Amino acid sequence: MALIICRDAAFAYENKIVVEGLNFQVGQKDYLCIVGENGSGKTTLMKGLLGLMRPKSGTIETGDGLKPTQIGYLPQQTSAQKDFPTSVYEVVISGRLSSRGILPFYSWRDHEAALENMEKLGILPLKKKSFKELSGGQQQRVLLARALCATKKVLLLDEPVSGLDPVVTAEFYHTIEALRRETGIAIIMISHDVRSGVEYATSILHLQNRQVFFGPADEYKESDVGRYFLRGGEFR
Amino acid sequence: MQIFETIGEMLSFTFMIRAIVVGLLVSLCAALLGVSLVLKRYAMIGTGLSNVGFAAMVIAGVIDVAPLALSIPVVVVTAFLLLRMNESSKIKGDSAVALISTSGLAVGVIVMGVTTGITLSICNILFGSIFAMTAADMYLSIALSAVVIIIFVLFYKQLYAVTYDESFARATGTKVEVYKSMLALLTAVTVVLGMRMMGALLIASLTLFPALSAMRICKRFLSVVIASAVIGVVCFFVGMVFSFALDLPPGATVVGVNLVVFTIFSVVTFVRQRGLR
Ligand SMILES: Nc1ncnc2c1ncn2[C@@H]1O[C@H](COP(=O)(O)OP(=O)(O)O)[C@@H](O)[C@H]1O
Ligand SMILES: [Mg+2]
Repeated sequence: MALIICRDAAFAYENKIVVEGLNFQVGQKDYLCIVGENGSGKTTLMKGLLGLMRPKSGTIETGDGLKPTQIGYLPQQTSAQKDFPTSVYEVVISGRLSSRGILPFYSWRDHEAALENMEKLGILPLKKKSFKELSGGQQQRVLLARALCATKKVLLLDEPVSGLDPVVTAEFYHTIEALRRETGIAIIMISHDVRSGVEYATSILHLQNRQVFFGPADEYKESDVGRYFLRGGEFR
Repeated sequence: MQIFETIGEMLSFTFMIRAIVVGLLVSLCAALLGVSLVLKRYAMIGTGLSNVGFAAMVIAGVIDVAPLALSIPVVVVTAFLLLRMNESSKIKGDSAVALISTSGLAVGVIVMGVTTGITLSICNILFGSIFAMTAADMYLSIALSAVVIIIFVLFYKQLYAVTYDESFARATGTKVEVYKSMLALLTAVTVVLGMRMMGALLIASLTLFPALSAMRICKRFLSVVIASAVIGVVCFFVGMVFSFALDLPPGATVVGVNLVVFTIFSVVTFVRQRGLR
């Protein structure tokens, strides 16, 4: 049984459809990379998968007992305010809220998990820093650490490597791949970087305000749309 | 020491002790909740609620029921209404608050106008009075403030998550609406409890000033919350001492002290940032 099954789903803002014809599924240990030009509806779809938006038509089903509290999420643009007074550690450990539930305070396990994920992403030294004073790349890693803290079964990442330098980007892909192999967590990543997408992902979903491709990454490389896109490399 | 004599004298009056006990607790609640209210741009909700509370107090006076018994449910319902309106896109949040707040004021004034020979002092309701507390009021206020503080502490991490990043919280399965309603409910109770002493027009400032002052000097959320609580409580006490010693109206004096602290913190932060560059 798959974790997420999308059947004929379409999403709209105020009745204006922005993405439609969505038919795909994500299973355990899958690594789905969502590609497509700017404005093709990738972020919108992710909001739908997260339950922040209802499909205009069609359905999104969750299987295997997947609950929202088992999902980790790295937003493309954080909805948090820029000048919010908070420390790095406070942001990271807030990712553990979903597993802690209504029990008061965080347990030592929560603190351990927060520290572990910060260590993994090399931001342990920033622990006590003020979030708003970090560089863009550092902030991105803090938000990723928060996402990892929240992840039990599925990790959704919206353009996670934008704003990261090449070295950190490579490390980042490595971390995600290791996470998937070691824990079996399914990854759904929106990426501008098609080449790395095809290299690491098991399947590709290509959007162009509708679904133009869904299938294994190997097949995508051979497909017309995939060949065209990979040749173009950068796309806008 | 002159100051200790003044404080000693102040505490020799029963009504003063009641006012100070309730005021300190309400200031603490208001300062704690204020951090989330300010950061979530809900700051105006306090104002809206207190004006509706004003109407409820007037009506309670006219139909002769206990003021708290009527105003707490009325203000709590208003708080939920405000949140709903905030969510719906038809009426924008700030207009919703302005609508409700001016309507509350209007209803209160109309009721006062049509009933002749009532003994209410409009000035006391608008600007507060320290003679307002009966012993029963005090015990009820202590109990309710304790509940507010306990809920705040128990659900601190949820309030943080919802304040910091609502859509992340929602996406990862936190019942955001529940905690937003909780925030509105706690604010409503705090506003009503503090209203009679601080005045309907001044109570909202207790949720704003301490949080804003704390944000000048602190960078961690928890430090902001703690600093806000300390500032709120200290400013209230200092304000009461001044009010007693110089025979000034208590609500306005407490707000005045808060304003002075906020100004000092702002100037200090400004100078420090300038100095670093
Ligand atoms: N909140 C919104 N309201 C109205 N239209 C939106 C909103 N967010 C995105 N859109 C529109 O939906 C389309 C898809 O956007 P998005 O999903 O963000 O694309 P992508 O993430 O692929 O760049 C775009 O045309 C965009 O203008
Ligand atoms: Mg996007």
